[in-house]
Amino acid sequence: MEVPEAGVVFWILSVVIIVSGMLVVSLKNIFHCALALVVCLFAVAGIYLLLEAEFLAAAQVLIYVGAVAILIIFAVMLTSDLAGGKITQTNENATIAFVACVMFAAGAMFLIKKTRVWDISPSGLSFDNVSAIGKYLMTEFMLPFEVVSVLLLAALIGAVVLARKERS
Amino acid sequence: MFPYLALAAILFSVGLFGVLTRRNVIGILMSLELMFNSANINFVAFNRFVATDGLIGQMFAIFIVVVAAAEAVVGLAIVLLIYRNWRGIGTDNIHVMKW
Repeated sequence: MEVPEAGVVFWILSVVIIVSGMLVVSLKNIFHCALALVVCLFAVAGIYLLLEAEFLAAAQVLIYVGAVAILIIFAVMLTSDLAGGKITQTNENATIAFVACVMFAAGAMFLIKKTRVWDISPSGLSFDNVSAIGKYLMTEFMLPFEVVSVLLLAALIGAVVLARKERS
Repeated sequence: MFPYLALAAILFSVGLFGVLTRRNVIGILMSLELMFNSANINFVAFNRFVATDGLIGQMFAIFIVVVAAAEAVVGLAIVLLIYRNWRGIGTDNIHVMKW
């Protein structure tokens, strides 16, 4: 049932993802965390490429690495003094949270390993990624597409209203 | 398919750990992004290996990316507002709504 799937590229990418993800949640300096997040998001884009989702990989690089990560870095620079990386960044629940997360990961992997009902199709995706997505956006996903554009507009206006200086 | 799902599970629990333990609101937001990404990996992996007769999983992942971007924008605006009012964004400082 296993498709030949996980080559050496996958293992390199997943090691990069997991290590940089752990750096994101564990580094003391929040600015370094943001840089590690950029590395992690890039590697996730590589995983999308392996899974034949070329458009999603490009969108990941454009939106996440280009916009969201930069936005986070801006917010970090606006809100915290970067020299003060000495303060502890984790709260007193760290140990029990670590145990809970390890147990969650182990349980999820146990469930994934036990579940054998998926019939994995031997062939890959057989169409042109970008044009198929464009067709979906204009036909089947028309309504979500419009709704999500309204959502983006609302987020834009909301962010401006929230972050604007109060007139006093 | 198992390696992809395992990778997503590990990434999700790493993000969960960050959300549970960070003192900094921006750190919590970054951990949330990690969790979004693990969900996206799951969607795309299922699309690639199980539901290959369409691109529904990838469409879902695209919409998740868009919604995550909107969430990050509003969240960071709120963070700036909190910083302006409390001169700090530690979650220990923000306790006016606690009781």
